[in-house]
Amino acid sequence: MQTSVTSVDGEQGEPKVVRGLEAKNIHAWFGKHHVLKDVSLRFPERTVTGLIGPSGCGKSTFIRLLNRMHEFIPGAAMAGQVLQDGHDIYSPEVDAAAIRLKVGMVFQKPNPFPAMNIRENVLSGIKLAHLKVADHDAIVESCLTRAGLWKEVKDRLTATGGSLSGGQQQRLCIARSLAVEPSVLLMDEPCSALDPGSTLRIEETIKELVEKIAVVIVTHNMQQAARVSDFCAFFLADGGPGYLVEADATKKLFTNPSDTRTADYVQGKFG
Amino acid sequence: MSTMIVPTEKANVAPEPTTPWRPTRKSKSISSIVFLISVVLSAAIVLLTGLAGIDGFGLAFFAVFMAATIGRSFRLNQKNRKDAFVGVLIASAAVLAFFPWMSIFASVILKGVRGLQPNFLVENMQFTTPDDELNMGGAAHAIIGSMLMVSIAAAITLPLGILSGVYLTEIRGRLTFLVRFVVQSMSGVPSIVAGLFIYTTFVNYTDAFSGMAGALALAVLMLPTVARTAEEVLKLVPDDLRSASYALGARQWRTSLMVVLPTVRSGLMTAAILGVARVIGETAPLLLTSLSNNSFVFNPLGGPIGSLPTYVFGLLQIGTENSINRAWTGSLVLMIVVLILFTTARYIGGKDKR
Repeated sequence: MQTSVTSVDGEQGEPKVVRGLEAKNIHAWFGKHHVLKDVSLRFPERTVTGLIGPSGCGKSTFIRLLNRMHEFIPGAAMAGQVLQDGHDIYSPEVDAAAIRLKVGMVFQKPNPFPAMNIRENVLSGIKLAHLKVADHDAIVESCLTRAGLWKEVKDRLTATGGSLSGGQQQRLCIARSLAVEPSVLLMDEPCSALDPGSTLRIEETIKELVEKIAVVIVTHNMQQAARVSDFCAFFLADGGPGYLVEADATKKLFTNPSDTRTADYVQGKFG
Repeated sequence: MSTMIVPTEKANVAPEPTTPWRPTRKSKSISSIVFLISVVLSAAIVLLTGLAGIDGFGLAFFAVFMAATIGRSFRLNQKNRKDAFVGVLIASAAVLAFFPWMSIFASVILKGVRGLQPNFLVENMQFTTPDDELNMGGAAHAIIGSMLMVSIAAAITLPLGILSGVYLTEIRGRLTFLVRFVVQSMSGVPSIVAGLFIYTTFVNYTDAFSGMAGALALAVLMLPTVARTAEEVLKLVPDDLRSASYALGARQWRTSLMVVLPTVRSGLMTAAILGVARVIGETAPLLLTSLSNNSFVFNPLGGPIGSLPTYVFGLLQIGTENSINRAWTGSLVLMIVVLILFTTARYIGGKDKR
């Protein structure tokens, strides 16, 4: 399989519109602090892309740039383009809220809304974004099923999100993201606060999700990246801004990387 | 081969649940005996020496109990001795703080309960003079007036206060500094000045004292309390929740309305309670705005209106035995009204889903 994740440089002149999400020459700053340098990556439909690398190399910043969550941080700035189906999500006429609807996000810490019960949590995106949906019950069931939580909570949909275990809460957050039918789901270390059992459930969920949408997952867990992702991108920051070292099909990146630093990292020699 | 890190000897008795960190029954009973002996000793001191009255007893008890506690702790190590010493100090401080509060509470109840008869809650003072027997006349007009004015004040203040809290924590616009500055200076305004402000504006303009004027004066006093409490409460909402809402494609106002505010519902209820508590006993601003009245007034624009604080104030000034009794009962009813309001508010707002 030829890689469709493109690494740095090249291919600027390509005319054809790419379906899915594509980052082109992305830079990011916090104030004057340059944190991310010239990252270009493609996230084709129906693939899982893992972003790996040591802490502080800009992975989280990068995915927050993909759904315009970066701009909530005071002092944040960026350069480059993020194309969704060929359209730049940072062009002035684009509505950021509409982008976030299409590119959902799951956070490191499970964060169900405490003032809502399980069912309301799943439907919250629909209400928050003012979407018109005919059958709420069907949405609740299908989203919870896809997130692998339906069997566990179907008899207590009116319980609060807080009454669930950490892993269940995270799957509830995934279900909540799915309810607004995003075409891409960004996951920022979704399993770092969870036990191995819950992690496994979420990985199964990811594998089911990818039959319909693209998933981008940041992880510090190399085995997890190897297990769930089709493509992998390795980020690094040696004192300066983070940058993309290498991106390739996961199998190749883990077995036969072109960069020695990648090889060292995936073999656990540093990081 | 069994591991070396597990001790080989086995316990042969089934364990009973114990709480070795709690004081034992023996030490508890010794404590109560020491307490009783201290009480008796201090009573003896009060009887035999120049110390007299409840103050003298308190002082003697403090000294005796302190000495006893320290004496007891001598068989313990130095750390426990310090612990016992500081423990007595802290407990004394708590009693000292508790005492005035209990004293006020007890006086109001004891002196007010005599006049607390059914007629007090349903009649007004239109055809009763303050000197009449306590089974005639009442404060119903004052209760209604107070409720009316506080309700209007709350209806004006709660939305404004919560909105300014939202502005300060959620929107964080260019005027944040100004809003915070104004709210803080408003909370320093003496209540009589708030009354004077409404007097020179609303009362002058309408050319009449009224419940509306009183409500406006109370609103001026209530707003900073509500706004500051709402801001503090809203600050407690984790940013995670806002991020989650934005990541679902929500706009800011829907995030505030549907995620942030519901999350702190009980906290906002506390803000409302504190606001009401701030103003319900205010007398000075009402003397300049709503004045007082001896009969029922239900129209906030229908001229002077009675209220519990002005009722108490007016009767105390008359100074006869029955009028003072009525004033105490008025204070008691004010306390009960506050208690009912708070309990209701807690009940409504406290049903937090957690």
